[in-house]
Amino acid sequence: MNDQGKNTENKDCLPDSSNGPLLELANISKAFGGVQALNDITFDVPTGIILGVIGPNGAGKTTLFNVITGAYEADSGNVRFSGKEIRGKKVHKIVTQGIARTFQNVELFESMTVAENVMVGCHVRGRCGFLDAIIKTPRAKREEQWIMKRSSELLNFVGLSSQADQRSGDLPFGWQRLLEIARALASEPSVLLLDEPAAGLNATETRQLGSLIQKIRSNGVTVLLVEHDMSLTMTISDMIIVLDRGSLLAKGTPREIQSNEAVMAAYLGKGK
Amino acid sequence: MCDMLLSRINPIRFAFFFLVIALVGLLVDNAYYQQVLILIGINTLLAVGLNMLMGYAGQISLGHAAFYGIGAYTTAILTAKYQIYPWIALVIAILLAVAIAVVVGLPTLKLSGYYLGMGTLGFGMIFNIIFREWSSLTGGASGFVGIPSLSIGSLSFESGRNYFYLVWFSVWSVFLICSRIINSRAGRALRSIHDSENASMAVGVDTMTLKLQVFVLSAAFSALAGFLYAHYISFISPGSFDFLMSVRMVTMVVIGGMASIWGALLGASLLTLLPEWLHAFSEFEMVVYGLVLMLVMILMPQGLTRGILDIYERSREKYRK
Repeated sequence: MNDQGKNTENKDCLPDSSNGPLLELANISKAFGGVQALNDITFDVPTGIILGVIGPNGAGKTTLFNVITGAYEADSGNVRFSGKEIRGKKVHKIVTQGIARTFQNVELFESMTVAENVMVGCHVRGRCGFLDAIIKTPRAKREEQWIMKRSSELLNFVGLSSQADQRSGDLPFGWQRLLEIARALASEPSVLLLDEPAAGLNATETRQLGSLIQKIRSNGVTVLLVEHDMSLTMTISDMIIVLDRGSLLAKGTPREIQSNEAVMAAYLGKGK
Repeated sequence: MCDMLLSRINPIRFAFFFLVIALVGLLVDNAYYQQVLILIGINTLLAVGLNMLMGYAGQISLGHAAFYGIGAYTTAILTAKYQIYPWIALVIAILLAVAIAVVVGLPTLKLSGYYLGMGTLGFGMIFNIIFREWSSLTGGASGFVGIPSLSIGSLSFESGRNYFYLVWFSVWSVFLICSRIINSRAGRALRSIHDSENASMAVGVDTMTLKLQVFVLSAAFSALAGFLYAHYISFISPGSFDFLMSVRMVTMVVIGGMASIWGALLGASLLTLLPEWLHAFSEFEMVVYGLVLMLVMILMPQGLTRGILDIYERSREKYRK
């Protein structure tokens, strides 16, 4: 997790804390048919924090991630990343700028090895195409070595080094989650979006995941965390936003959210 | 894991393959065997190109015979009608196939699954109709005759042995190109599309461009095969580039084993040899042909390569006990 890969094109997208928030969402709305999945969502994400995104099922959390990463285009509103508008950009362009994600239902390249999964993750930080590969240009060799080194560092970081040559589809579920995080980090993001990373993990694994996320943050990566495990979210988040039926219900520190009445009502159905 | 192991001994395998080609060329004197081996080589070129698209990138094409035909007809027309030097015709044939692949690939590769199958099927049929109906240029249904044989300076490829070397060293080069691509940044991205296009996009792979690139690459290999076929047989007709040929190409890939360049060799060999072996069954030939393919798919659903490797691993385990 050192900076040696930052020599590539992403210099201008590196977070610049002096220039306001890293990620800004303004008046984002998204509807599917008659269902308003997101309704006028506005919030900022400062550089270097862990932002918890919570809310009941169907609140629009995953839709929010899909809008930020470009998988869906918002019907209206703006998404700005490091001050630049990214709404409407293609998914792979947004990854190149420095936003990476994991999926709620782990999506690995199952027939490929654990190491290869992370190597594909490095894709946006490389440039060599078919011709480089066929001729084996010096730059292709250099890049290949760099990709190998980088992916073994990342596997080491999440603790999967000894599984490097296994087929990723054969890994136990908890490790698949870790591998997906390593793959996302391989693109050297400044923002990492984790969609329910603790789902399906046991208590020990969840604790380890918590400290991994904190380690990622201390390496300078801003983290957005959608998570149903409240104890995890409340312990590691610096800030929390609460979504309910597509609207932003509350934002604040974990302590503020825990004592917020509207949030209690949304979760427990009080006051109806 | 097995693949990782194999990729490390890649240079040795290619040296070995080179030696086998050289030896087989020296030892086989019989004109009939030489002809069968040349046809296997041409079919292998077709299969390995399509395998890059189907086996690695996971995109089906039911119209690849069109590129095979474009290669064959372009060189036939240029060399026989306009007396253009064949090796220049080869370059033009490949460039034409590449250009058509870009034009066809841009809209069709946005489709997936059955729809991509249908789209490419239609494209293949259109080209077969062009080969058949544009008689003034292609000779129409009765075919195109008088395609000259190949030579470089005083080295003539008219003899079976020389043509064998020409075809099989083309195969060798194409295999080397494919294996280098597969184990590179672009190749890994390609394989990732096969497993999950969603995740592939999410890690920043420009899936559309990559799919188009590999489609173009496989079209170029098919055109090369068409060129070699036309100058070998010296006569071509639309029947060699019809829908059934496209299906035969897909069958070679599936039978040989998807996502394996050596599988393309096995699949092409079996599908070229089988009709030759089955002559003894005379009118039941097609029945037995179908039966053999069904048995392979039932017993080795992953294709011949995987199937044979499995048998090898199982027998080794037994031997250890």
